Amino acid sequence: MDVQTLTFIIVGASFALYIAIAIWARAGSTNDFYVAGGGVPPVMNGMATAADWMSAASFISMAGLISFMGYDGAVYLMGWTGGYVLLALCLAPYLRKFGKFTVPDFIGDRYYSQTARTVAVFCAIFVCFTYVAGQMRGVGVVFSRFLEVDIVTGVVIGMVIVFFYTVLGGMKGITYTQVAQYCVMIFAYIVPAVFISMMVTGHILPQTGFGATLADGSGMHLLQKLDNLSVELGFNEYTSGTKSTIDVFFITFALMVGTAGLPHVIVRFFTVPKVHDARKSAGYALAFIAILYTTAPSLAAFARVNMIETINGPEMTGTSYEEAPSWIKNWEQTGLIVYEDKNGDGKMFYSGDERNEMKVDRDIMVLANPEIANLPAWVIALVAAGGVAAALSTSAGLLLVISTSVSHDLLKRNFMPNITDKAELMYARLAAGVAIVIAGYFGINPPGFVAQVVAFAFGLAASSFFPAIIMGIFSKRMNDKGAIAGMISGIAFTAAYIIYFKFVNPAANTPDNWWFGISPEGIGTLGMMVNFIVAFLVFKATDEAPEEIQELVESIRYPKGAGEASAH
Amino acid sequence: MAFRNEEDKKAYWSENLALLAKLLVVWFIVSFGAGIIFVDILNEIQFFGFKLGFWFAQQGSIYVFVALIFVYMAKMNAMDKRYGVDEE
Repeated sequence: MDVQTLTFIIVGASFALYIAIAIWARAGSTNDFYVAGGGVPPVMNGMATAADWMSAASFISMAGLISFMGYDGAVYLMGWTGGYVLLALCLAPYLRKFGKFTVPDFIGDRYYSQTARTVAVFCAIFVCFTYVAGQMRGVGVVFSRFLEVDIVTGVVIGMVIVFFYTVLGGMKGITYTQVAQYCVMIFAYIVPAVFISMMVTGHILPQTGFGATLADGSGMHLLQKLDNLSVELGFNEYTSGTKSTIDVFFITFALMVGTAGLPHVIVRFFTVPKVHDARKSAGYALAFIAILYTTAPSLAAFARVNMIETINGPEMTGTSYEEAPSWIKNWEQTGLIVYEDKNGDGKMFYSGDERNEMKVDRDIMVLANPEIANLPAWVIALVAAGGVAAALSTSAGLLLVISTSVSHDLLKRNFMPNITDKAELMYARLAAGVAIVIAGYFGINPPGFVAQVVAFAFGLAASSFFPAIIMGIFSKRMNDKGAIAGMISGIAFTAAYIIYFKFVNPAANTPDNWWFGISPEGIGTLGMMVNFIVAFLVFKATDEAPEEIQELVESIRYPKGAGEASAH
Repeated sequence: MAFRNEEDKKAYWSENLALLAKLLVVWFIVSFGAGIIFVDILNEIQFFGFKLGFWFAQQGSIYVFVALIFVYMAKMNAMDKRYGVDEE
């Protein structure tokens, strides 16, 4: 059977599975819809959280990014997993004890302010839409490459599937579907990595193969070889980076704090029955995430060696374009690989200097990897199904937050306080439907600035939500004025810096012009500090939080009597 | 309140904070310390075919992160029992 038929079968089977689960786990109440009735076992919740967390970016792009960045890629590895530690230790148990549905709920109640709630709602919606557009795009890329339908059809198919199980099942449907998606995703990631690790180093575990000697009998370590190749071809040494230490530090910190503030992941901890379970499911979730995150850098290194050797040939003199392997031709059609025969010798050559004749998009590394390594067709089909699973699971989680924000935080808490449970559920479904259509539109017509906007989203979350939530838990007396002033100044500072370097004056976006050498990607860290400092100063100048709020904060610090997540 | 007395309650919270502080120090040392600030020094050391600093940045810190959450879980559950505030 050829690759395309196999891909249809495997991706189709995974879709059938997701839909079957959605029908089995329909939501009957807003409680089911928002937090799955608060009754999901911790291991399952851990898998669902992992699937929620690992987006198309983690699955499709991350290993490729690392492959091209070498050591610097560690900012993503440490940033996205280290943020999880902050979330699990400093936020999750307390937010679970607080027992509401959403982050804006917490901010609004803790700071006894409708303004704070509304600011938080808009931040949440903005962050989620930014993400979801990227996910839909990921679905489109997978479909257009492997099923050879155009991107529009690909995105529409993805939208229909997500619509079906989000609108029908809400959080309950999403959670159980995500468990299945995690399994598909992790299997699809590990299988090719194990194959390639065996081929390159003879090790079954990619994590140990990463540091092993090559299987070609040369006795040289993989990373040594990669360093040598990189230097020879005019790149930086693979194991040392190009970014300054301070920039790596700030970017990693901003990513950590930003991910800890992502609303669609925080809401996951409302779905388990007890505080005890919130702690446990955070542990499982990071363990499940770590399987992929420790494989990714190994895969990145294998892929880089394979790619360089395939294109440049064993003698490092280039290989004939006429006899190029099929994956090069296939990806050329999508425009993600470009070959330009500069010296007219009919050979391809890849390097970091003026000899270079190839443009290889880093997003294709994971998807093309099985083809580069000549793995069997079913592995290629599996990777396609994994990419779709990653994109769908994250989109569904994000869409749910958007719909909850609209129906619960905006309608019920602001405009229609007397709305019935049934009507609220209907509005939640309606909002999810509208959100999917908008997300699909952005997937088909991606704004040219998606990448920039993602940096924006992390910066925003880092400089707004995170400090407000931390102060809300660890300071009893922090008041509404301090928190609001902090959020607004943090966001304003971060946004101004990013907008200046990314949109107003992109030409000036070089290390010489950055403050303290901090790039726009890392500025959220400074924004977070601004938030803390401003909040503290304003707090000192105004009255402390009222007695009943201090009691509320007191109560979330202790686990006893953490009931089900409920509206009130 | 389910605590036996006010002192217990205060002690529970400060023990909780002390545990958090300890775990976050480890969190900082493996990632920002070993993986970023001291990476060049640690890279002088070979560790199973890796340069040690590079290994911390791309592998080691993640393993430690997972361990941290499980340690936190075990310690907190034990503490809840000790203070008689576990949820069984």
